[in-house]
Amino acid sequence: MTDEKVIGGIKFGILSPEMIRSMSVTAIVTSEVYDENGLPVEGGVMDPRLGVIEPGQRCATCGNTLARCPGHFGHLELARPVVHIGFVKHIYDLLRATCRKCGRLKLPQEEIDRYLDLYKRLKDRWPQLAQSLSDYVKRKAIKATKCPHCGEPQYKIRLEKPTSFIEEGPLGRLWPNKIREWLERIPDDDLRLLGYDPEVARPEWMIITVLPIPPIAVRPSILLETGIRSEDDLTHKLVDIIRTNEKLRESINSGAPEVIVEDLWELLQYHVTTYIDNEVPGVPPAKRRSGMPLRTLAQRLKGKGGRFRGNLSGKRVDFSARTVISPDPNISINEVGVPRDIAMTLTVPVRVTPWNIDEVRKYILNGPGKYPGANYVIDPNGRRIDLRFIKDLKAIAEGLKPGYVVERHLIDGDIVLFNRQPSLHRMSIMAHVVKVLPGKTFRLHLAVCPPYNADFDGDEMNLHVPQNVEARAEAKTLLLVQEHILSPRYGGPIIGGIQDFISGAYLLSSKATLLTKDQVSDLLASISYEGEIPEPAILSPKRSWLGKQIFSLLLPENFNFMKEANISSGELKCSDEECFWDSYLVVKRGKLLLGVLDKAAIGAQKPESMLHYLIREYGNTFGKEFMDKAFKMFLRFIEMRGFTMSINDIVIPREAYEEIWQVYEKAKEEVRKLIEDYQNNRLEAMPGRTLEETLEIKILDVLSRARDEAGEIAVRYLNPFNNVFIMARTGARGSTLNITQMAAMLGQQSVRGQRISRGYRDRTLPHFKKGDIGPEARGFVASSFVKGLTPIEMFFHAAGGREGLVDTAVRTSQSGYMQRRLINSLLDLIVTYDGAVRSTYGELIQFRYGEDGVDPKNTSFGEAVKASRIVDKHVGWKK
Amino acid sequence: MVKAHKFKVTDHELVPKHEIVPVEEAIKILKELGVKPEQLPYLRASDPVAREIGAKPGDLVRIIRKSPTAGRVVVYRYVMAG
Repeated sequence: MTDEKVIGGIKFGILSPEMIRSMSVTAIVTSEVYDENGLPVEGGVMDPRLGVIEPGQRCATCGNTLARCPGHFGHLELARPVVHIGFVKHIYDLLRATCRKCGRLKLPQEEIDRYLDLYKRLKDRWPQLAQSLSDYVKRKAIKATKCPHCGEPQYKIRLEKPTSFIEEGPLGRLWPNKIREWLERIPDDDLRLLGYDPEVARPEWMIITVLPIPPIAVRPSILLETGIRSEDDLTHKLVDIIRTNEKLRESINSGAPEVIVEDLWELLQYHVTTYIDNEVPGVPPAKRRSGMPLRTLAQRLKGKGGRFRGNLSGKRVDFSARTVISPDPNISINEVGVPRDIAMTLTVPVRVTPWNIDEVRKYILNGPGKYPGANYVIDPNGRRIDLRFIKDLKAIAEGLKPGYVVERHLIDGDIVLFNRQPSLHRMSIMAHVVKVLPGKTFRLHLAVCPPYNADFDGDEMNLHVPQNVEARAEAKTLLLVQEHILSPRYGGPIIGGIQDFISGAYLLSSKATLLTKDQVSDLLASISYEGEIPEPAILSPKRSWLGKQIFSLLLPENFNFMKEANISSGELKCSDEECFWDSYLVVKRGKLLLGVLDKAAIGAQKPESMLHYLIREYGNTFGKEFMDKAFKMFLRFIEMRGFTMSINDIVIPREAYEEIWQVYEKAKEEVRKLIEDYQNNRLEAMPGRTLEETLEIKILDVLSRARDEAGEIAVRYLNPFNNVFIMARTGARGSTLNITQMAAMLGQQSVRGQRISRGYRDRTLPHFKKGDIGPEARGFVASSFVKGLTPIEMFFHAAGGREGLVDTAVRTSQSGYMQRRLINSLLDLIVTYDGAVRSTYGELIQFRYGEDGVDPKNTSFGEAVKASRIVDKHVGWKK
Repeated sequence: MVKAHKFKVTDHELVPKHEIVPVEEAIKILKELGVKPEQLPYLRASDPVAREIGAKPGDLVRIIRKSPTAGRVVVYRYVMAG
């Protein structure tokens, strides 16, 4: 065993030529890669000493096999040095900040000493300040026109992008060898002041004289099916470099004219530059024969698919699946429906014991093709047997002994993680219990849509199978869906009734619902109820049960609760038990006595609801059980009764239209008067507003009142028990505004909160007179969706609608980035066992989490204890 | 500058009560929290409150303030130079 070592720190530096030579196992001397026999040439870029390529082979350098040989660097001596493209900025700054003759920083000695002292003191405590000091010193030194040390006059240096430096003085073009000599002259202390650590990063190392040749493992060649070898982009580039280097050396040795040598030198510079970074501005990217730009060193690291974001921050994983999701109200909220095909691909490792050996044998006998089977068997020596290629499964099954591991198919009851992107909060990944189902989609219960923010318009979700007992235990105790019914986001249930569950609950619990014995039996059978059927509430003329009675069977016996229902508004408002409209919910000792169930009672994302207190007081398991049963029953009832929506639900009679028309005419008249007042200067400006703004606000006010009035008229003519209206009132779907827009009128369309005013000169569309600021000319839509919109109205509606789309697009990207930054800054803060919040360095951030140490998930509106609820809970039935 | 009417930040109602913790108590508190003084949040010696109560670098300052979630909250700051 080697000693355990602790990483104390990481320091980055630049490889020196000596370093490159000493870590090299061979010099690369030839551009030949393979000889006529197809074997790699010694001294070429595929030199066998650079590492093992084929399995079974032993490394010529370290003697290890493929799996253990780390690969070894080689090196190439360049005939002439070239600039490293990544350091051009630094080289440029250093050349300008130092003397062309003595290489000193162009500041007087006392200044250097003073700044250096300051720099050393700043460096450890305020590294950022030290950085800006270096920048300041550098800028000051660049300004000098004469060296304060040797008196040499200084010339301006120009950087001709990407890699040529030109002195506007006697030296002219600064070739890399000249630059290197210059940089060598800069003393260590001057470099320190400029923020360089000369121990690990001497500036002359920024000029490449020796090029490290990466191991073959970094740039593997692939064998195509045709047997043709295809080399990696890096290898191609390296061959280019070596070839040019050879040519350059030959021309120098043969005394070729300077121009030719310089041309080759430039070419070498180009190849080395693109080898490092193939996306340098001003350099044509090196391309493959197909025209695809090469993926060289920088490209391997950069961007979304690069090493950092693509392979280190995020990785591809095994034991995962992704497919489209669809709804299934018949499974539990804890479950996820997994297609059989997926269940036969994903596996769970099972260690064979005397107690499970018979069960595991059955999986092996079924094999990989028959469900529930197994895909692999791993013997105690760690050998993997792929059951796909085993003909005699029986032999394997018989040879099975404790200590073997069998990778069996996913079966009902396995625990898996389920996720939908974007994973914005902890409820975006929850553990579900597997239920294998036919079909090709993942099935999930509708009540878990809100935490994932999922719908079924084509959404896909991911599934991961934990592979060991610890992971499964953790998933089961911490991540299971039922543990996340209450959300820390607002201290209420995020999982709860939505849409038809709410409509169904309302209809079932409505006063008007009388059930026959058959119906009661049906409802109770749907949830596999096994108790007694209660005494009917109505005995004569026919024994009939109330929906409230049936629902009460699901409530705990000592539960008390009182609250206004969602429908309690407007004319149906009730705030105590004296409620004619049945809009005040009363539960006493587990019996629903009064009021209807709607969004305020069982809805998702509604804190302080009946559902919320049921879960708080009776636990998550009860909550899960309650929701599974109640929601199934509500759906069964809504199926029995039938529930739909038709055009007749939003068509209002002729009289209503006439009334609405009158309202509209009145509003138009009012607006006309306002405009008249404005034109005659009779309008009085509101405080802090101009006259024009006042007019706009008043017009907007008149028009929005007109729409509300129209809506009220429409609602008055609608049957309160029509299905659309029920959905809006109970909070199942839609609002009164939606109904108003469908039945009565759309109202004012707006862009940026203003009436639509832009388009043509002084008018929105050419159909209006210039300067017309009446309702129609500024985007007021008097038609309803039922009646249909005029072309002009349709245009305005589209303008308003477009703004909504743009807004959502902009908002998601902005809030997404904000969230990312917040998470990145907070992610490794932890609440320690003493209740304090600490960073990973042990710094105290909060002395007590949230100052009160309360888990927001277990609060009601941030209060740790709500006294009024405790009273209600215990003596609520006495009220 | 008029010295007689010097404004004191500690008189303002939004500035919570600050006090210097005696050394023996400070050691006890640090032990209880299980932290080194540098791991506490800092209070600069040049902070107006620190100057008014005469806190010097190395002192521990106790701040007692009102909190919307917890009523009364006691926190500590380690005074540093600057």
